[in-house]
Amino acid sequence: MSIIVLAEHNNNELKSATLSAINAASNIDDKIDILVVGSECQNVVNTLKKIKIIKKIIVVDDPKYLNSIAEFISPILISLSKDYSHILAAASTFGKNVMPRVAALLDVAQISDIIKIENDDTFVRPIYAGNALATVQSTDTIKVITIRPTSFDPVTFDEGEAEIENLSFENENNKVEFIKREETKSDRPELGTARIVISGGRGLGSAENFSLLNEIADKLNAAVGASRAAVDAGYISNDSQVGQTGKVVVPDLYIAVGISGAIQHLAGMKESKIIVAINKDEEAPIFNVADYGLKADLFEALPQLSLELDKLNTIQK
Amino acid sequence: MKILVTVKRVIDYNVQIRVKADGSGVETDNVKMSMNPPDENAVEEALRIKESGKADEVIIVSVGDEKAQETIRTALAMGADRGIHIKVPHDVEPLNVAKILEKIVEKEQPKLILMGKQAIDDDNNQTGQMLSAKLGWSQGTFASKIELENDHAIITREIDEGLETIKTSLPLVATCDLRLNDPRYASLPNIMRAKKKTIDKYTSEELGIDVSLRIKQLKVTEPPKRQKGIMVANVEELVQKLKYEAKII
Repeated sequence: MSIIVLAEHNNNELKSATLSAINAASNIDDKIDILVVGSECQNVVNTLKKIKIIKKIIVVDDPKYLNSIAEFISPILISLSKDYSHILAAASTFGKNVMPRVAALLDVAQISDIIKIENDDTFVRPIYAGNALATVQSTDTIKVITIRPTSFDPVTFDEGEAEIENLSFENENNKVEFIKREETKSDRPELGTARIVISGGRGLGSAENFSLLNEIADKLNAAVGASRAAVDAGYISNDSQVGQTGKVVVPDLYIAVGISGAIQHLAGMKESKIIVAINKDEEAPIFNVADYGLKADLFEALPQLSLELDKLNTIQK
Repeated sequence: MKILVTVKRVIDYNVQIRVKADGSGVETDNVKMSMNPPDENAVEEALRIKESGKADEVIIVSVGDEKAQETIRTALAMGADRGIHIKVPHDVEPLNVAKILEKIVEKEQPKLILMGKQAIDDDNNQTGQMLSAKLGWSQGTFASKIELENDHAIITREIDEGLETIKTSLPLVATCDLRLNDPRYASLPNIMRAKKKTIDKYTSEELGIDVSLRIKQLKVTEPPKRQKGIMVANVEELVQKLKYEAKII
């Protein structure tokens, strides 16, 4: 058995979801190679060199691979696939975009978003928004898998000893063209990996009112998330959505403010270590999963919370 | 130009599902079923494109048991022109569905295929990408905006970092995000009209598609239940609990 992991990066930094995918791979076998497709992505390769369990880093570095286009990346993976029993990537929007293409071209099924590895062909994955867990066994000779990053710790850095293999690959696809990427810039921790997440729902009432959450996020060094209702209403950008069709987060502390707790939202946060819910409706389903519930008007509770956190900080100093 | 739209019949998004006691799956008897939510966005988008004069016909396809025809009727009641139902002998995987759809594409020759980005039952998020790969077409996944011009489309995609815009030639498979549009409700006259619309029926066997499964579902279990916590009286108590009981801030 040997495994190839598809790296996700922005040509400069490796995404931490890939570190989780490498860890997941190491639960299957210790023969792990990694594929980096990008343009001037030497920094990414340097980062990967520091991971001890990687045997080989295959690098396709060419200006035409500047943007992660699924149609360009999948043929590269196909050309390498015969040497591998497993092809892994994180179940991020990048992995979800590329991997089913790879599976279909190899005529194998894909196993999506696994949270646990039983053995080299058997995996556990959530279905129905995480309200059921399916244990599935793949009968394909090559297993194409995406892993849920929050279910596998990122591998740590060390002295690596990976061999580097530079590969050039002709891209014949001229049907698709990258136009632009609008990334939401924030100084706060990344939503997917933050230790604390504070999320707002429709109860916030407006985009402006999210500043109440932002203020607390800054005091807790937290990421800001949102329910689908808040994103649909235009209060906050799509990359903040937590839930079945958004991001899955598993922080140490998740604070849900003005979020009723629809099944689709719970799917994205109910594995959090501690859940706090602040809602004025005491019947809101979010209270069923909360460790600490507070029935309150958020417009009163949030400024108070901000003050209490200040007090705490003063005592600590 | 023809647009093909795929729809799947799933347990309604508001239903709290129950895992069968024998671990063989999820209870579907006497459970409310609906069209997979992002598939509604796909139907709506197709209708809007047709209404703008850029398409002539909207064809709805569903793969599933006999009852999948109800979901096709729902889409026809929204305004689609006709339906195609492919009956399969058991629940199938995305790879099976992609192969079936490939056959239908050969027959119908659409220029655009619109699909939901993910089904809310199996949460696979695969079929659109697989179909696109099988056909050798471009893909525009997780689309929150689709602008069609003569021979190409500009697609805004929802990605983890924000938004991405790509330009791709047609033919194209686009998978739709929930924010693409607000699906319409079917009016009563349209529901009546939909009853007369044609649904062509095939079986996977008639199409010559092998639907044997590559993935064995060994068991389905309930996830561990979270213990219900406590209610605190005020913000001060909340902060004290987080600080001294949970020791998390």
